[in-house]
Amino acid sequence: MSETALNTLQQRSFFLRNPSVLVFLAILSLLTLGATLMSEAFGIGLLSTSFIKTLGKTLCLCLIAIAMDLVWGYCGILSLGHFAFFGLGGYMIGMWLMYERTKDIVVESLAGQALPPTPEEIRDAIGTQIFGVVGGSEIPAIWYFADSLAVQLAFVVLVPGVLALGFGWLAFRSRVTGVYLSILTQAMTLALSLYLFQNDSGLRGNNGLSGLQNIPGLTLVPQAVISVWFLWASALALGLGYLLAAWVVSGKFGNVIRGIRDDEPRVRFLGYPVETYKLFIFTLTAVIAGIAGALYYPQAGIINPAELAPIASIFLAVWVAIGGRGRLYGAVIGAALVSLLSSAFTGGQVPDIPLGFATIQWVDWWTVLLGFGFVLVTLFAPQGIGGLVDQLVRKGDR
Amino acid sequence: MGALLEVSGVSVSFDGFKAINNLSFSIDTGELRAVIGPNGAGKTTFMDIVTGKTRPDSGKVEWGRPGRDLLRLSESQIARLGIGRKFQRPTVFVTQTVQDNLLMALKKDRDPLSALFYRADAVDLGKVEELAVEIGLQEHLPRLAGELSHGQKQWLEIGMLLAQDPQLLLVDEPAAGMTPAEREHTTDLLKRAAQTRAVVVVEHDMEFVRRLGCKVTVLHEGAVLAEGSLDAVTSNQDVIDVYLGR
Ligand SMILES: Nc1ncnc2c1ncn2[C@@H]1O[C@H](COP(=O)(O)OP(=O)(O)OP(=O)(O)O)[C@@H](O)[C@H]1O
Ligand SMILES: [Mg+2]
Repeated sequence: MSETALNTLQQRSFFLRNPSVLVFLAILSLLTLGATLMSEAFGIGLLSTSFIKTLGKTLCLCLIAIAMDLVWGYCGILSLGHFAFFGLGGYMIGMWLMYERTKDIVVESLAGQALPPTPEEIRDAIGTQIFGVVGGSEIPAIWYFADSLAVQLAFVVLVPGVLALGFGWLAFRSRVTGVYLSILTQAMTLALSLYLFQNDSGLRGNNGLSGLQNIPGLTLVPQAVISVWFLWASALALGLGYLLAAWVVSGKFGNVIRGIRDDEPRVRFLGYPVETYKLFIFTLTAVIAGIAGALYYPQAGIINPAELAPIASIFLAVWVAIGGRGRLYGAVIGAALVSLLSSAFTGGQVPDIPLGFATIQWVDWWTVLLGFGFVLVTLFAPQGIGGLVDQLVRKGDR
Repeated sequence: MGALLEVSGVSVSFDGFKAINNLSFSIDTGELRAVIGPNGAGKTTFMDIVTGKTRPDSGKVEWGRPGRDLLRLSESQIARLGIGRKFQRPTVFVTQTVQDNLLMALKKDRDPLSALFYRADAVDLGKVEELAVEIGLQEHLPRLAGELSHGQKQWLEIGMLLAQDPQLLLVDEPAAGMTPAEREHTTDLLKRAAQTRAVVVVEHDMEFVRRLGCKVTVLHEGAVLAEGSLDAVTSNQDVIDVYLGR
């Protein structure tokens, strides 16, 4: 190949080198627009509000799957703890939602009194309202900024980011890799989940945070409308996340992290500080996970410590493996397919199968089916569904 | 010219087995040196120590003048100081193109942010093209490194070393598994590389070493057995006993 041909190959625009990004963004826009036109609030009402919420939540799961693909599929770090960052993002936004919403209710109920309530009275009432279930009425110190949307939004990014930075620094610096790192990340998410289960964790123990679908100050806006807003916000976040991820892996940085995945010592002997790269990608993906969680839980309405259970992070890895790791659209396909199927099977949309002597109840048998599917994919399509797509595209090229 | 790399009194043992035994070795700036020795003599372990992969139990490894202690540095820091290494088994990034392999090795800032915002310009692509010509892979730049033949992978790895522009190149068995014609090309490559930098070549093949035409160090049981011209060491009785005579 001549030098000029090579030059153009390198210098062609980002989108020309990555046509799949445009395809993805187009599909995402069409899907969002189509869902809006079929929604109850802005369209013909074919899709229920709860289905719009399911769609929006699915987009958030696709976003965290992209983060998982970056850290595992591209950089080879099998983190089994990224759902903890997702949950933390949810808790951070949930604190503001719950606090402000409770404050509105409290202020309203105290408004009938002869004397206007003092700020202390309001705070006490909020404390009793929120923490009564765990036998408290004091507002814990970690709720200090709960009345500030800006601060809690910053926490959505900072809390998962700082945790990932500290954890990653310790783990990568000690050269913990492979299955040991996976176990360590499981331990992290387990510890966090157990801590949150405690009533005195300051985050309402196993009750978690609830009523998150009610947006403070927007009580008059129906859920049908809010669900579409969140769908759009989730689609925007997923689109931006996909763009960012595609850009990150498109250049030399992407080649370095792929190199770390394939042959870590070689990258080291080329002079690259491997640990810094791992830390960078681990923290970046934790932040993306936090943002995805912050968009997910207002649509789910509730978050509790069970969400951070170790199994959730393992499922995340299964989605990415089924979808095909090392390709961003693979992660999206895996997350969308498996989570939608999962809610269909466990949500009673798929009829149970009577066998005479027993009945296959999908609520129980779905995990078995998923496990079976996972084994099939591992055996017959080790590159995942995305790998099959790649083969089709390549055949089409011929 | 002063010593570029000074290894003195280094020992390392694995589970009680002394792989390197009070080894001292030094190489000058711009020198070409061949290291030979029977299997298990400690040649690869020696490179592991210099490049920071293995920490010795005792001894000193110093770099440049005034001597800088390499034992305190990480692998990547040592590489950035200017020591490049080729592994015994060719290790290139098989899922990436030849061009990307060379671009990754090209001497540039190594931190994540620089890599993130790096876009290859005409100058860098020109350098890569030049390197590809040097290693005989100019036709293969857009191909995946995994598709290359064994010999071509070895050259690509040497090309990646040259791209790093190191002051010292440590090359472990570069001609293993090569055809005679490929060996000749490899010798030429290394000799040319040694015109501008120090090169240490580990090799078993005597013909190959003869063609390099340089000073030879014989390792045996983790220590230097003999040092000198190829003719001198091959006529040394100790060397004949442990190595050549078998
Ligand atoms: N990480 C390790 N753990 C245990 N033993 C090791 C390790 N690395 C090397 N050894 C042992 O140290 C000795 C020296 O090995 P080394 O690989 O340096 O030999 P070599 O001279 O490169 O041999 P060859 O010509 O076969 O490549 C060998 O006996 C080897 O088994
Ligand atoms: Mg060896």
